[in-house]
Amino acid sequence: MAPIIIFPTLLLAVQTGGASGAVNLPGFPEVNGFLDFMLAGAMIQSCLLAGNSGGIALAVDIEMGFTDRLLAAPISRFAMVLGRLAGTAALGAFSAVYYIVLGLIFGAQIEEGVLGIVLMIVFVTLSAVAFGGIGAAIAIRSGSASVVQGLFPLVFVILFLSSAFFPYELMQEPAASIAEYNPVSLIVEGVRDPVISTLTGEDALKAFISIIGIIVLSLGLSAGALRHRLRTGG
Amino acid sequence: MDAIEVRGLERAFGDEVKAVRGIDLDVAEGEIYAFLGPNGAGKTTTVRMLTTLLRPTGGTAKVAGHDVVSEASEVRKSIGVALQEAALDPLMTGRELIRLQATLHGLSRAEGEKRAEELLDRVDIMYAADRRVGTYSGGMKRRLDLASALVHQPRVLFLDEPTTGLDPVSRKAIWEEVQALNDDGATIFLTTQYLEEADQLADRVGIIAGGLLVAEDTPTALKAEIGTAHLEIAICDGELERAQEVVAALGKPLPSKDGLLMLELSGGASGVAPVVRALDDAGLAVEGLDLVEPTLDDVFVQKTGYHLEGDDEEATAEAEPVPAES
Repeated sequence: MAPIIIFPTLLLAVQTGGASGAVNLPGFPEVNGFLDFMLAGAMIQSCLLAGNSGGIALAVDIEMGFTDRLLAAPISRFAMVLGRLAGTAALGAFSAVYYIVLGLIFGAQIEEGVLGIVLMIVFVTLSAVAFGGIGAAIAIRSGSASVVQGLFPLVFVILFLSSAFFPYELMQEPAASIAEYNPVSLIVEGVRDPVISTLTGEDALKAFISIIGIIVLSLGLSAGALRHRLRTGG
Repeated sequence: MDAIEVRGLERAFGDEVKAVRGIDLDVAEGEIYAFLGPNGAGKTTTVRMLTTLLRPTGGTAKVAGHDVVSEASEVRKSIGVALQEAALDPLMTGRELIRLQATLHGLSRAEGEKRAEELLDRVDIMYAADRRVGTYSGGMKRRLDLASALVHQPRVLFLDEPTTGLDPVSRKAIWEEVQALNDDGATIFLTTQYLEEADQLADRVGIIAGGLLVAEDTPTALKAEIGTAHLEIAICDGELERAQEVVAALGKPLPSKDGLLMLELSGGASGVAPVVRALDDAGLAVEGLDLVEPTLDDVFVQKTGYHLEGDDEEATAEAEPVPAES
């Protein structure tokens, strides 16, 4: 729990405190404050870290043999992955509520109101499942906690090459183009939209499609990795 | 119907490593079958195939009447499994772990609670039921693992090296529990690298080396294959040859070893007294005497060419075993 809350909160505090003048840059989206812009990025950062942590936990279970206990039971073998993802989803939901409350305490405004809050919680929860699925697939395929942990820096590469903390329109090339097409940007903008403006269906739809796409892809990879593990023993 | 039927079971890892190279075996209902072999012999790979955790690359296996590949789910309903390293979540309590296992096997919450009470009491760790598993000793973890494997009252129980790394007291406690489970009707397939464990517990022993089953029978029959008991007698200096002549008619002389007179006795322990009397009548002083019964280690040496215990350097999967006679 601590890594997905403390680190993004600190980054949120540092960036909001030190770079709030960014909102005055020409081309920066119209927002009530820099915190409003940053909240979605913190939530998705939290989801990415939750997915990575979930992958590490699953890999530890594989290393210590705990998954064998589950695989030897008369239950669907994919339930082992789904159970882990359910836990990651709960972390995502908690994270969404935490950052919304934190934002409201420190003066953020959710333009779309209650409907916007519900949509944000749903998107962030599903995002946690999506990123958790990627962590699970890598964990099952590698069976090594250190491999999954080694991907931790990638979380920040993916985040900083998206519009999580800065509008991609203001980035330099090639980062701007990468960020524009980075699915994480689409997800962040879908979560951010209800905060900084009234809801636009286009951003929400793009975010939803991106999340579902990653979920389908990551669950497929996880299922394939599990089949491979059972067939080959590793 | 046998509880376990295996025909030509094989498991290869890539093109080069063949961990199991065509095993045939049958384990009857209610039997304790011990799979004896050194590290890397193929014991755990075989257990993982029989418990549906690993697909065979050749041959067939049925457990509780169900094929381990095509009816894997039915197999899993019928078996209990305690794997080599007690795979327990250190953050869970013993009671939580049993309840989790009960849920995995479809027991209701009330049934799970009841089974947890019964099993924790049975394996004598009720006093630590609500402590985190991370605080348990090695022996307690193994007993908890055993209890969790019993939660759904399985017909066939697989125990992969249940006592490896345990102290003698904990080992004996596990043995007693395994014997009690068998007395209650459970079929038990256990792997071990301890000769004494196989000798004490098993109705039948299968010796595996280099992925092949090289011998299989009751411990008594396997030892009888090796021969009968022999005497090792320490004679005073310079009298070995004369002593050999004196006792030659009382048994089958064996080549002397370390200056000891070696004599195989067809009648076992009853043949000791005549030998001692003959030596005494001949005026030969006996400085020491030991009646050595054949052991499973002797069987192991004969079948594989190396010792199972205390000879780890040689006891590897690379060692070429002598194939079992059909």
